[in-house]
Amino acid sequence: MVTQLWLIPAFPLAGFLILSLFGTRLPRKMVPLIGVGVVGVAALITIITGIDFLQHNTAGYFVEQHLWTWFSIGSFSPEMTLHLDALSLCFIFVITFVGFLIHLYSAEFMKDDKGYSRFFAYINLFIFSMLTLVLANDLLLLYLGWEGVGLCSFLLIGFWYNDSVDAEKNAYAARKSFLITRIGDTAMILGLFLLVKDFDTLNISTILNEAPNVWTANSSEAVWAAVLLLGGALGKSAQLPLQTWLPDAMAGPSPVSALIHAATMVTAGVYLLARTHVLFSLAPSIQLLVAIIGAATLFIASFSALAQHDIKRVLAYSTISQIGYMFLALGVGAWSAAIFHFMIHAFFKALLFLAAGAVILAVHHEHSMFKMGGLRKKLPVVFWTFLFGSAALASIPLVTAGFYSKDAILWYSFAGTNGSVWLWLTGIVAAFVTSLYTFRMVFLTFFGEEKTPTHYKPGLAIKIPLIVLGILSLVAGFIELPHNFGHFTPFSDFVSTTLPPVSLLANPAAGETVLQVLAGVLALVGVWLAWQLYIKKPEPLRQFKYGSGAGLFRFLHDGWKFDQLYDVVFVKPFVWLSKIDRRDFVDRIYGAVGFFNVAMNVVFSRTQNGKLRYYLLGIGIGAFIVLTIILAL
Amino acid sequence: MSELPINAGLVLAALLFLTGLLGVLIRRNILFMLMSVEIMFNAAGLAFVLGGAKWGEADGQVMLIFILAMAAAEVSVGLALILQMHRLFKSVDSDVLSIMKD
Repeated sequence: MVTQLWLIPAFPLAGFLILSLFGTRLPRKMVPLIGVGVVGVAALITIITGIDFLQHNTAGYFVEQHLWTWFSIGSFSPEMTLHLDALSLCFIFVITFVGFLIHLYSAEFMKDDKGYSRFFAYINLFIFSMLTLVLANDLLLLYLGWEGVGLCSFLLIGFWYNDSVDAEKNAYAARKSFLITRIGDTAMILGLFLLVKDFDTLNISTILNEAPNVWTANSSEAVWAAVLLLGGALGKSAQLPLQTWLPDAMAGPSPVSALIHAATMVTAGVYLLARTHVLFSLAPSIQLLVAIIGAATLFIASFSALAQHDIKRVLAYSTISQIGYMFLALGVGAWSAAIFHFMIHAFFKALLFLAAGAVILAVHHEHSMFKMGGLRKKLPVVFWTFLFGSAALASIPLVTAGFYSKDAILWYSFAGTNGSVWLWLTGIVAAFVTSLYTFRMVFLTFFGEEKTPTHYKPGLAIKIPLIVLGILSLVAGFIELPHNFGHFTPFSDFVSTTLPPVSLLANPAAGETVLQVLAGVLALVGVWLAWQLYIKKPEPLRQFKYGSGAGLFRFLHDGWKFDQLYDVVFVKPFVWLSKIDRRDFVDRIYGAVGFFNVAMNVVFSRTQNGKLRYYLLGIGIGAFIVLTIILAL
Repeated sequence: MSELPINAGLVLAALLFLTGLLGVLIRRNILFMLMSVEIMFNAAGLAFVLGGAKWGEADGQVMLIFILAMAAAEVSVGLALILQMHRLFKSVDSDVLSIMKD
């Protein structure tokens, strides 16, 4: 099994190379065959590897495949080594399996696009980079993948950069996402420098083993390393205060939103924190900060989702909020709960984005939910799968996967030794809001009267991913039941070989069952309230929205005005500074270099007169001078 | 065999080389330039042979044979180019070729 590990990232890479080099020359039918096929093969190998892995999985078990040494400077020699353990297996399973379904969907979704092969080339490169990220044995290799996915995200958000209507907006969104994640990436690379300084290596296992010996808990190095790595994770995972790029990233095609901005790339931060969990255990204050950031983000984002018109922006804010839950879980030390929620979230959020993409395609690229409605009868498959995904997002009790994963997080944030009532309270309020905005979206899109006629029926390549993910959104939660439901916890047993278990308070203030009932009732109340407000009696809310509550709606719609805040605090002063500093001294230096080059060009181009004898004279004089110098020395 | 006057030989080689160089620089007729280049080759060859004789090594003579072979090859290419030039430009004036700089 060691020998086949490298094939998993190699196939998407091969797909990228073939499509980027020969994509436009290949017959159009071959493009999806290669683009989807390579990821399908990677998914198959992953499943075979996974089955093999499960038979050996005991505490601390991992598999490594050394490919080659990247480079060697003194004692620092990062390696190209793939590392497979329970944590990375979860991630590569989601990346290849969900990735394959999304590729399949794209084969039909992007069918009429000019950049068909370009799309598959980018998205294959993305799968390769993401696999590198999670399989890396070395933080430097992880960083390579980390930047790779950032690049693909940039390319795919701006995929329609020459769109006739939205070219400017799409390019702006791509730049924004790239620049804001770059802030996090800079913090992260500084963190890596710090680790190299103290450990002389970036090998993850070595660092995790030695960190408790080299650093004492709460020492300033440990705190700084944790803060800087957290900075990287915040940028990538769109958490406070770097969350503003994700809603704009919806400018990309829907499959991209599903794959990169919901299922995989934005959870890279969760992966990084889970992978380096030892460092965070050494810096408890930063771990608490992770929990607080997660709680604040999920709270803010879920309220923002409540006031959006664009169906994809609702889902974007909901993604920010759900990753907030994962950060909350990481912050309270419930590592396995975070990974569990990551997996379930990947299923239902990918499903929701894909279904939303199908809806948008059906109503002539209309994004506003208020112009949809009544699509239940027209798109039955999309409706039912969207309903399943929404139920999982709203964590409707007992029957959906989202209930089990979110319940675990809420329980640990309440009863874990690092948890607190406040974290739990934020989580449960946001869970209620989640259910409200989710079913607001469902009711506005699929119920009520029809406002835009549909002109499109999804084909098989769109239906199959929707159905598979729909089923998973319902049943995938059964692999990890809450403790009061009996001791059936295969998932946390599985990842416990890599991640430490969560420590619980001896006697928490309330029982798990009480909290579950509360969460379940709140979720159902949210659905009922959405039905009342948007279908039964929409009038009072409409009056509030355009009357006294207009300011509030505006505030929430703009994502708590973070963009405007950053615009005033950072962008405007920077633009102003660069304006007044247009002709500074440094510019003069570079200007002089340019001027000198131009002047020399004028002088030397005179000497090129085309007369052979002058050239020969030049050679002769040159040889004479050189000889004189040699003889004189 | 009497002692070879190396210095005299080297002066001869230098004079020959200068003659060739001046010829290349001064003549505009490309045929004469080619001939001057041949003189420079032979000057270099003479210097090699002198060196070989001084140190009693065969290398100098080997180099001369190389130079002769190369000169033969160079002349064949050069003459072909001159023929072509004559055909295209109806001239053997090297300055006419300066229109090729653009």
